[in-house]
Amino acid sequence: MAEVNWTALIIFVVLFAFITWLGFAAAHWRKGDLDLLHEWGLGGRRFGTLITWFLVGGDVYTAYTFVAVPALAFGAGAVAFFAVPYAILIYPILFLPFPRLWRVCHKRQYITAGDFVRGRFGNRWLALAIAATGIVATMPYIALQLVGLQVVIGAMGVSGAGYSGDLPLIIAFIILAAFTYSSGLRAPASIAIVKDLLIYVTAFVAVIAIPIQMGGFGKIFAAVPPAKLLLAVPGPHTTGVYSYYATLVLGSAFALFLYPHCVTGILAASSARAVRRNAAMLPGYTFMLGLLALMGFFALATGVHLLPEFAEGFKSFGNNFAVPALFLHSFPSWFVGVAFAAIGIGALVPAAIMSIAAANLYTRNIHREFINPNPTDKQEAQMAKWVSLVVKLGALVFIIFVPTQFAIYLQLLGGILIIQTLPSVMLGVYTRWFNDWALLMGWLAGTAVGCWMFAAANLSPNYPLHIAGYTIPGYAALYTVILNLIVVVVLTPMFNAMGGKQADATIAADYLA
Amino acid sequence: MNQRSERRGGWSWWYLLLLVQFVFLFWPAYYNTVEPSWIGIPFFYWYQMLWVIISAILIAIVYFMTED
Repeated sequence: MAEVNWTALIIFVVLFAFITWLGFAAAHWRKGDLDLLHEWGLGGRRFGTLITWFLVGGDVYTAYTFVAVPALAFGAGAVAFFAVPYAILIYPILFLPFPRLWRVCHKRQYITAGDFVRGRFGNRWLALAIAATGIVATMPYIALQLVGLQVVIGAMGVSGAGYSGDLPLIIAFIILAAFTYSSGLRAPASIAIVKDLLIYVTAFVAVIAIPIQMGGFGKIFAAVPPAKLLLAVPGPHTTGVYSYYATLVLGSAFALFLYPHCVTGILAASSARAVRRNAAMLPGYTFMLGLLALMGFFALATGVHLLPEFAEGFKSFGNNFAVPALFLHSFPSWFVGVAFAAIGIGALVPAAIMSIAAANLYTRNIHREFINPNPTDKQEAQMAKWVSLVVKLGALVFIIFVPTQFAIYLQLLGGILIIQTLPSVMLGVYTRWFNDWALLMGWLAGTAVGCWMFAAANLSPNYPLHIAGYTIPGYAALYTVILNLIVVVVLTPMFNAMGGKQADATIAADYLA
Repeated sequence: MNQRSERRGGWSWWYLLLLVQFVFLFWPAYYNTVEPSWIGIPFFYWYQMLWVIISAILIAIVYFMTED
């Protein structure tokens, strides 16, 4: 790439050094015995309303979101705005079932969604399915966080031939791995505060300064091609992009808080009230997400993709380069450093939480259940720390050696996979009516058909359902979770008649305050 | 007091208020238009942004009404 942007790079490195120090210092924050898994992997369940706000905010609004949503607006137009209704509808969903999940997990000392399902339905194979789904859905998500980091490092002009070009990424990852290992969930919780301040400053400056530079929103939207400005009106005999938009919004919203990193963020709260309060307070972020999506249009309107100095960046990173190019074009170098640090640090926070969440799942629901059933507390915590390293190393290897597009496909598939845990986890906090083996069969059906639909639609989550001469394109996650539920409801009475069900380790009072 | 806290986590009719945003946002055909635009922003965009604020208010109302 052209040349190194030293001012931006120095500010970026200084901010990175600061959060590195913060990540290690976090081990002493609200000090607990980090040889206990709930201290390392859930921060001792001590985070109040405000810290939970930063932590869950760091989960939901990741670096990849900040790069990919505007990139989608830039490339595909209006459909990218699905992120806004999606991020609106996640909060009623957070508000209702998840305080119940928090209460039962607190009362019974559960650390993962797998622990809850194990206790509630008494079936370790079902818990294994929940845990494995969580880990598989999370891995490509971690890898994609690195894409955000890669793009901003490249945009500052840091590059090299072959694999030496990946050196900055490897350094960032070693830092991430080290402070996660030593401080556990306390590290991303403290860094999330810095990340949010930086992101907020960047977003507000961008949304105020760039439209002023360009002469108002009217001119920006006038420069957007009509085909990208609105959703295409469907033709005859199909619901077209409307049904895709609607099902993408609903399916993504129901899937989100089932992700292990989100469950971890919720369970780390100090009370169910903190969870409920956050459902009311987190929409503050959604407004910013909408503003960021609009930045894809700002980039279109400024025509950064036509400028010769950015040609190489677009060639390397595709539309993901739109926002970095816009910042380089519109801001002084020092502020570019701040904005890029916001994206870079915004990658480390969710990557840390995700690796901790995956480690908790492996340790509790796979290792403890199937390999070593009686670990000491210290062994258990140590196992989780090692697994968090393995998970991150896997993500790093993946992003360096496998084309990025592959990680994107797997992350899209991940949404289809994780939503299959909805009947056991989200409905499980309300009812014990379901038979455990029926839940497992529903999960299997949803997962298998989901993978098939994804493949049949040429590695896209947008599956065109044909019903009586009508085509209804929609998000495969929503279609398959409905199938999953039907299978569970049909098989439950049959399995109950055949064998009866397992004992429930929880009681009704566990779910109430 | 005791009776109210026992009810926490149980059902409340206020929860129905949380359905409102699903109804108004679910089907994009309702709001897939340019006009009426506002300070140059097409309806499609500002309508959805407006619902961010409305939904936050709705959840806050439900929060306070179901809290003891």
